[in-house]
Amino acid sequence: MRFIQQNLLSKIAISNGHGEEIPYFDGWKAYDSNPFHPINNPQGVIQMGLAENELCFDLIQEWILKNPGASICTAEGVNEFRDTALYQDYHGLPEFRNAIAKFMGKVRGDKVTFDPDRIVMSGGATGAHEMLAFCLADPGDAFLVPVPYYPGFDRDLRWRTGVQLLPVHCESTFKLTITALEAAYEKAQAANIKVKGLIITNPSNPLGTVLDRETLRSLVSFINAKNIHLVCDEIYAATVFSQPGFISISEILEEMECNRDLIHIVYSLSKDMGLPGFRVGIVYSYNDAVVNCARKMSSFGLVSTQTQHLIASMLSDDEFVERYILESAKRLATRHKDFTRGLAQVGIGCLKSSAGLFVWMDLRRLLKEKTIEAETELWRVIIDKVKLNVSPGSSFHCSEPGWFRVCFANMDNETMVVALQRIRKFVLETKEPEMPPKKRYCQGNLRQLSFKSRRCEDIMMAPSMMSPHSPIPQSPLVRATT
Amino acid sequence: MNLLSRKATCNAHGENSSYFLGWQEYEKNPFDETRNPDGIIQMGLAENQLSFNLLESWLANNPDAAGFKRDGESIFRELALFQDYHGLPAFKKALVEFMAEIRGYKVSFDPNNLVLTAGATSANETLTFCLAEPGEALLIPTPYYPGFDRDLKWRTGVEIVPIHCTSSNSFQITESALEKAFLEAQKRNLRVKGVLVTNPSNPLGTTMSRNELNLLISFIIEKGIHLISDEIYSGTVFNSPGFISIMEVLADRKCDIEVWNRVHTVYSLSKDLGLPGFRVGAIYSNDNRVVTAATKMSSFGLVSSQTQYLLSVLLSDNKFTSNYIFENQRRIKERHEMLVSGLRNAGIRCLKSNAGLFCWVDMRHLLKSKTLEAEMELWKKILYEVRLNISPGSSCHCTEPGWFRVCFANMSEETLNLAMKRMKDFVDTNTTNGKNQSHQNFTRNSRRKLLSKWVFRLSFHNREPKER
Repeated sequence: MRFIQQNLLSKIAISNGHGEEIPYFDGWKAYDSNPFHPINNPQGVIQMGLAENELCFDLIQEWILKNPGASICTAEGVNEFRDTALYQDYHGLPEFRNAIAKFMGKVRGDKVTFDPDRIVMSGGATGAHEMLAFCLADPGDAFLVPVPYYPGFDRDLRWRTGVQLLPVHCESTFKLTITALEAAYEKAQAANIKVKGLIITNPSNPLGTVLDRETLRSLVSFINAKNIHLVCDEIYAATVFSQPGFISISEILEEMECNRDLIHIVYSLSKDMGLPGFRVGIVYSYNDAVVNCARKMSSFGLVSTQTQHLIASMLSDDEFVERYILESAKRLATRHKDFTRGLAQVGIGCLKSSAGLFVWMDLRRLLKEKTIEAETELWRVIIDKVKLNVSPGSSFHCSEPGWFRVCFANMDNETMVVALQRIRKFVLETKEPEMPPKKRYCQGNLRQLSFKSRRCEDIMMAPSMMSPHSPIPQSPLVRATT
Repeated sequence: MNLLSRKATCNAHGENSSYFLGWQEYEKNPFDETRNPDGIIQMGLAENQLSFNLLESWLANNPDAAGFKRDGESIFRELALFQDYHGLPAFKKALVEFMAEIRGYKVSFDPNNLVLTAGATSANETLTFCLAEPGEALLIPTPYYPGFDRDLKWRTGVEIVPIHCTSSNSFQITESALEKAFLEAQKRNLRVKGVLVTNPSNPLGTTMSRNELNLLISFIIEKGIHLISDEIYSGTVFNSPGFISIMEVLADRKCDIEVWNRVHTVYSLSKDLGLPGFRVGAIYSNDNRVVTAATKMSSFGLVSSQTQYLLSVLLSDNKFTSNYIFENQRRIKERHEMLVSGLRNAGIRCLKSNAGLFCWVDMRHLLKSKTLEAEMELWKKILYEVRLNISPGSSCHCTEPGWFRVCFANMSEETLNLAMKRMKDFVDTNTTNGKNQSHQNFTRNSRRKLLSKWVFRLSFHNREPKER
């Protein structure tokens, strides 16, 4: 006697919890089906939706060539092959943990040191976030996440864990305030939802901004008062290329009273070193029980020892690391400057940022109306006509339409020039309500507060834009790309 | 409010079991031929260390593969950036071909139905997430790999209901055992979503018979549930009857697509190639929805592109793979024989096996009583006095006390011989009646064998046996 059971797959397998149905991925599809190539396909779509760091591969490649023993499987390194291939201890190779701890310290200007015994491996930052969610929250519990945030969080933190994400809506200045946090917290309480923690991304994805000391301190006070966790995603820590510089939560812990059991850092080499393929994710927790539990869970996503070995060698080379960090920041700064200047020349402003692999571009004035639909329409035009894959703000849960995240570090200079040309052409050809003929007058330095043209002020001085002279501290959030 | 989740504070990770305690003791006092010759010999770790030299010489001859080069050109950048959860096409192609080769090309696999995961640990968990809800159950024959308690239950919230197998028929799966388990689940109000088997078996070291495989397929057809076949030891089969994979039987039976879609295979390179550190696991499913969902879930544990590339080159070398498979099996067989004869010398028998990196050893005669406590007592003696870390059957959920899993492929020949010597010394001296006891058992059993031969002859000639 046979009978067919309904629902043979689990709910999570057939649901959309992985979040990949959203339009965000349509841009990728457009790119995949028609990818730009300077010679073979110069009319193709330029990928500007992928927050990758491709500016310093030459440095890493050079190091690898000079250090063949680091690849255990080469003739020079083969004697270590066996031990490495057998090592499946979820503690991770000691030299790997030591090297990562040292690197994390260097990235923070050696202002703090990290304990290698608190380093737990994970399958990229993706795995790290899911792992922490499993450790810190039960199904139905919630994390507060300030918007805009990295779209992948919806999957990483919620999909298999059953945990909820509650957005913290900031004012249009993209500034994270305690008021906003309190409001979100109260709302959760009223709805009987248990808040277990707050997730921040610093430096921010998609904003590219860093949190200042005062904000960080107030966050620590907030989570201590509520006795909830603080998960700090610092995967863009080494992409800071100008002032204001990066302040890690680890520094704040040295300066103020805090229940350290509440503090956890997510790290990865995917952005800082441009190695997303190697899947090096790290959970660094100040809570012993979390370290213990996470370590056991890391069995589900350990870093290949072949990779552990390579990274251990590379990051133990102090001279290389120091040179890399400096050079990477320099190249990012140059690329950022060139790109934002090119945008400014056609009156496109970006949120002032000092980190990240992208800019938060302001196209609000090009919207037909202040709606998500208008943003989506504009976005489709950018993909289909301008042939650039950029990421619409709505995919980051941004409540204000018209903002786009545009990546600049995943291409060479020539491609960036082509991208800027296309943007310029598009902007100049696009009709908009107030088309200032003297728009070009206001180009140049975004940093200047005084503008002759009122229209320029509209572009540059929108409340959501920061200036270095503004007393309002900057606020970040979120990360990007899958 | 509890600061951490329930998952974080419970014991579902299973690491308080004796399986892991033995490891801990070993870590405290590990055997080393020169530096710690009296230390504990690790025989609780199913690793394959027998064929590394084959891998090493391949690597020495193929420097490009590990040096991020293809045809002499550096592809470092391409690899460093490659994070597509569909996996490196060249690797998946090479991997499915390797899997087919191990199965004597009796089945073929489509690389598009393969999902790469961080080890079989991740593959099993991911499949469970895809096929079952929290509170539902998988049926698993005992004895089974202790890690399943963590991999299948911990974060998924899924339950395991055992299918009890006993020594009465060499621990094979029977129809009644399957039904019993299904009823048990129903009694516990657990909806059964599938059966998970390990073939070749860990800890038994046996391959499933065609009969058992057919039984399983009939069972899952009848109940309308899934079948997961963990085949990570498929390359370690060294003797007849040989390995029959579930896919082969499905094809033979000409099952319809609906059944094919409910059969999923798990694979890994940790045992066959001896590369547990590289974290290479895979799920193979004929159901597109499972492949799709599992692929997305693999984001949480992708295989390093550096490793994918290296292994794609290695496994594409057909000359290497065919030689490796053959030689590796030969070495396992040799080592297996060493362990079996060494134990026999100590009056200890093993379940007849033809695969795996371990033997399922029968020490029931050494127990003070037929109880779990007596098994634990014996285990501790072997751990602390004999200084061998072996895995007690109870850690594998075996219902019959007195069985132990003993690994043989993770040490040198000398070490294995030493372990056998220690065991013999222990049996000879420690159980003062032991020698007599085991001798008695041995001779009693030999007599029984003679008797049954004689009975057969007598009955054949229609005469009554004089003795039983």
